[in-house]
Amino acid sequence: MTIDFDRVTTTPALDDTVLDDTALDAAEVERVRADFPILSRSVNGHPLVYLDSGATSQKPQSVIDVERRFYEQSNAAVHRGAHTLAGEATLLFEAARARVASFVGVADDEIVWTSNATEGINLVAYGMSNASLGRGGAAAERFRLGAGDEIVVTEAEHHANLVPWQELAFRTGATLRVIGLEDDGRLRLDEAASVIGPRTRVVAFAHVSNVLGTVNPVEQLVALAHGVGALVVLDACQSAPHLPLDLAALDVDFAVFSGHKMLAPTGIGVLYGRKELLDALPPFLTGGSMITTVGLQETSFLPAPMRFEAGTQRVSQAIALATAIDYLDAVGMERIAEWETRLGLRLYSGLAAIPGVRILGPAPASAAPGGYGAERVGLASFDVEGVHAHDVGQFLDDRGIAVRVGHHCAQPVHRRFGVTATTRVSTYLYNTEAEVDAAVEAVADSRVFFRVA
Amino acid sequence: MASRELETMYQQVILDHSKEKHGFGLRPDASGSSHQVNPTCGDEVTLNVHRGADGSVSSISWEGQGCSISTASASLLSDIVHDLPAGEVSVRIDAFRELMQSKGALDGDEELLGDAVALGGVSRYVTRIKCAMLPWVAFEAALASEGAAPRA
Repeated sequence: MTIDFDRVTTTPALDDTVLDDTALDAAEVERVRADFPILSRSVNGHPLVYLDSGATSQKPQSVIDVERRFYEQSNAAVHRGAHTLAGEATLLFEAARARVASFVGVADDEIVWTSNATEGINLVAYGMSNASLGRGGAAAERFRLGAGDEIVVTEAEHHANLVPWQELAFRTGATLRVIGLEDDGRLRLDEAASVIGPRTRVVAFAHVSNVLGTVNPVEQLVALAHGVGALVVLDACQSAPHLPLDLAALDVDFAVFSGHKMLAPTGIGVLYGRKELLDALPPFLTGGSMITTVGLQETSFLPAPMRFEAGTQRVSQAIALATAIDYLDAVGMERIAEWETRLGLRLYSGLAAIPGVRILGPAPASAAPGGYGAERVGLASFDVEGVHAHDVGQFLDDRGIAVRVGHHCAQPVHRRFGVTATTRVSTYLYNTEAEVDAAVEAVADSRVFFRVA
Repeated sequence: MASRELETMYQQVILDHSKEKHGFGLRPDASGSSHQVNPTCGDEVTLNVHRGADGSVSSISWEGQGCSISTASASLLSDIVHDLPAGEVSVRIDAFRELMQSKGALDGDEELLGDAVALGGVSRYVTRIKCAMLPWVAFEAALASEGAAPRA
């Protein structure tokens, strides 16, 4: 049996849908929903209302099928072995890399597979750490850190884009500096201009905050960083799934995102690195598959991206990520972004009308066409005065509404706004206006249930 | 408006305790103390153990912030711990843990747990058991920390 490669990398999405340039509407979203099996289940006697895509997204049938088909027809380890299956699996694996590269506007060999975004950030941080120990020779000079050097992050980072830099600072003697937030949640650009200076070697920040939903001004931060010769590491976890993303145009040096937040399985993530940087950065994980010649004392490494892909790779997940991207592109990232902006506005205004509800982050920009990403995406984290986030979440769950409660892996930004935990409603392309309304109504009702209304 | 299960978890006695918070406010002269955090939600509690001259646990005092389940649980624990003979302490803790692990099958022993049996409804919610256990874990850890002080 042979595998139909076209079928794998260009899985037809939305078979029964006529796609055009018009905005996503309720009828098309209903057809999208039909592609996600889990959305038809019930929870606690109610239809599932899944509003936790900021934590992880649900998967369309095409993604579920492609992983299964890979195991049924082509499973083999990649980049080793000479048998037919090994060849097929390798082709599929590399085609998936090319698909990811085209999705974010970069070259194939600038895409490194990781397990998730967290691993991608650690890969860069440990690569710099290894360079600081002298690994990588003269080519890795630009990655060396020591006392007097500075790493810059923002106060809004989730732990994945904060802790690895704290640890890198501890290992190298560099100093970690933080760009603060305005009271409305916006990044303090005046502070950015003074914090980023001649000592800055790395500037790491989220494209979109997973708590505030704000879209950071990438161009301005990149200009500040490159103006002082610093490298830019962009955390695109919350932007790659929700906004059109052109990493080459953004001119960042590294970027990371996770497959599971963009319709793909868990266990697959992406690191983008500018080619000349990836070729110079010392490897993080070492072992098989990333070497050219191995002696008993010393080893030489493959060029990027394979020098960063030690050990047996996540093949089915990579292929499934490519299929997930096919699905997103079939709907259209511009249209997805516009739909989520619409949901986000409805969510924001609905929540803002409830007494005692405080939404973190700035009010959204106008609903003008193309206004997506102007300030915030379709999510809102909020505090309900007198009701703990866990209790709000429990009340919503009782109605089958799944939201995130807690600190969303971002304790410092919660502390900045004087709360330890919030409730977060986060939308995606498969959410409806009725679902947003149901969540808003449940939040209002929770105040009655917990006797604060 | 809400399911019977939810009403069972959030009984009036629990909502009352989450607001009244018996034993709230740390008192000095503690024989042992512990600070516990639930890293998934950020809930935290600091709990002091106070001993009587006879070695009994005369009371606990606590501070912290968290959901209604964890704060009510601390308040209810405070009600149980009044001049508790040393030998009784682990019996109560074991009874509460057993109730929390019962998945809703047990009613709880009111003789041992008092109004804290109302927390039994939490045991149906696997994601919330740790909320109810937080102050009890702090209680255990506070007792374990007493090693340095001479105790009967």
